[in-house]
Amino acid sequence: MSKIKAVTGTGAGAEAMRQINPDVVPAFPITPQTAIMQTFATFVANGVVDTEMIRVESEHSAMSCAVGASAAGARVMTATASAGLALMWEIVGVASGLRLPIVMEIVNRALSAPINIHCDHSDSMGARDLGWIQIYSESAQEVYENSLLAMRLAEKVLLPAMVCQDGFITSHGVENVEVFDDKDVKKFIGEHKYPHSLLNVKKPVTHGPLQLQDYYFETRSQQIPAMDEAKKEYIKIGEELSKITGRKYGYFDEYNMKDADCVIVALNSTAGTTKTAIDKMRKEGKKVGLLKLRLFRPFPYKEVANALKGIKKIAVLDRAVSFGANPPLYGEIKNALYDVNYDGKLHSLVFGLGGRNIFVEDIEQVFDKMINDKLEEHGTVGLRE
Amino acid sequence: MNYKQLSEKLKEKKLAPGHRSCSGCGFPSIVRAILASTDKPVVASCATGCLEVTTTIYPFTSWNIPFIHSAFENSAATIAGAETAFRALKKKGKIKEDIKFIAFGGDGGTYDIGFQSLSGALERGHDFLYVCYDNNAYMNTGIQRSSATPFGASTTTAPAGKVLQGKEEFRKDFAKVMIAHNLPYVAQASVHNIMDLTAKAEKALSIKGPKVLLILQPCTLGWKYPPEKTMEIAKLAVETKFWPLYEVVDGKYKLTYKPSKDVPVTEYIKTQGRFKHLLKPENKALIDKIQQHVDSEWEKLLKLCEE
Repeated sequence: MSKIKAVTGTGAGAEAMRQINPDVVPAFPITPQTAIMQTFATFVANGVVDTEMIRVESEHSAMSCAVGASAAGARVMTATASAGLALMWEIVGVASGLRLPIVMEIVNRALSAPINIHCDHSDSMGARDLGWIQIYSESAQEVYENSLLAMRLAEKVLLPAMVCQDGFITSHGVENVEVFDDKDVKKFIGEHKYPHSLLNVKKPVTHGPLQLQDYYFETRSQQIPAMDEAKKEYIKIGEELSKITGRKYGYFDEYNMKDADCVIVALNSTAGTTKTAIDKMRKEGKKVGLLKLRLFRPFPYKEVANALKGIKKIAVLDRAVSFGANPPLYGEIKNALYDVNYDGKLHSLVFGLGGRNIFVEDIEQVFDKMINDKLEEHGTVGLRE
Repeated sequence: MNYKQLSEKLKEKKLAPGHRSCSGCGFPSIVRAILASTDKPVVASCATGCLEVTTTIYPFTSWNIPFIHSAFENSAATIAGAETAFRALKKKGKIKEDIKFIAFGGDGGTYDIGFQSLSGALERGHDFLYVCYDNNAYMNTGIQRSSATPFGASTTTAPAGKVLQGKEEFRKDFAKVMIAHNLPYVAQASVHNIMDLTAKAEKALSIKGPKVLLILQPCTLGWKYPPEKTMEIAKLAVETKFWPLYEVVDGKYKLTYKPSKDVPVTEYIKTQGRFKHLLKPENKALIDKIQQHVDSEWEKLLKLCEE
């Protein structure tokens, strides 16, 4: 039996953590993630979970403790945002290089400077090549379910995973979230059995040795098939989760794509805004649709290309910039479409940096411009002249 | 533990020979003595540095105990994570043994880049021993100045030249910084006095909570002396009171070795190439300054130890 709980996005993340009941949670507060840590701390204080929480002195130590605890065979979760992720950067790469299945809730927030506490994706997009699985969430409901999926997936393929949600928009907005039965979730998550635990004193293992020109390449390269494996397992584990939730966990969701001429590709909460615009425009007879990507790392190139190849016009919405290069999501979509000789129109739009709002009307305008061939190839939404 | 017992325990070779530290390096003796100081299984972390680099060149490892290296600046936080995992899993009945946790770091990974990680782990009260092998500079990257480098020592980033005479600042008194954390056990030891070192490690490992051992480790390349002189130079550091041997148990100071006579600090300085320029007649004032500093610090320590 599931229950409906009115929770925020951070509350949904904390709820997943409660059910997963990790052995160790090292965490450091940062806006807008703080509420995850605070909510989870109340679970610890009230004995709702039996997790050992480490209130570290920085995000750098949060990830360092996570590495030590995970290598010791513990199930480990943490959470961060923006500058916190930036501070732990070096150790984020250590976690994936050591193949430690840590799950980290990311509440997407802009990077400094100028300092800003609101949503954009420059934090997690900046970490996209650090060897972590990345799953993006449209709503608090998805934050909750993606977190459960991520934990199983990470431990299956021995890669760490980030579950991303939009700062303030999702993290601080209250939604009705369907929380599934503790027993069902516990059964789904299962026991964590890490094969190379530091605590196995009878079979000592050296973690993190020095590897030079003669071995580093081979070791690092093992992360490539691990990511391929993650892509396959994501679907399999998602199917298992579907049995509890009744929802589907594809690499992406297609919304009104079948007969669409114009499609927006978006991540996280903007997908919700886009759906509202689509509902309105469909009533006006406009053939518009959405591809909402869930899994960004590993990136499902083939599947995305197949879904988009027949679409006449595509606009990719990025809430991050790659200065001096294509924005991250657009770059990947363009890569994917190369393989299918896409001959439609592909647009790149950067929007919402530092929490600049994007409204339903903004999305409508993007679609209308696309329909009338008035949309620039590279542009912005919501940026003042 | 006496010499005989120690030599028996060293046969376990928890740090195996065949590693690639320099001839005359002090840290293999330090690590072996520490690991021989408990009969309980040990899990160790190590900061990036000479110790990690020379003992874990893949596909080999010298560590016959579980070992983790994560990065330069987080040896303490890494072991804190492992120690917390131990508590979590023990509580759930998944671990039966009693395990000791030891974090190793050089002075770079301890006094400088790893300072925050260490301070945080100590304040949180994790049950671990932090061991700093202090060779007075960033030796692994080629003898660069650290906050543990003594006044007047020449390093590659603060070299002695025509205008400057090596490091212009006195070293950070790290033991004081550690003592200010109100820990159950803090001690200074030296590689030459292996029985004092082992006694301190034994005592530290018998106490619950965060403990710190700061161990002087002469470096043949960085201090510029022949490899066979390591123990002799470490001993001189103690005899000249440049590196006093003492411990602080729950805030109570105790001198664990008191030199029987006053040996001038020059006796220590003249053994090492890093101080060579200080021996020029025009630099006598600098030597005097070092001697004054050593004398005043020693007096303060004697008072604290109620000697």
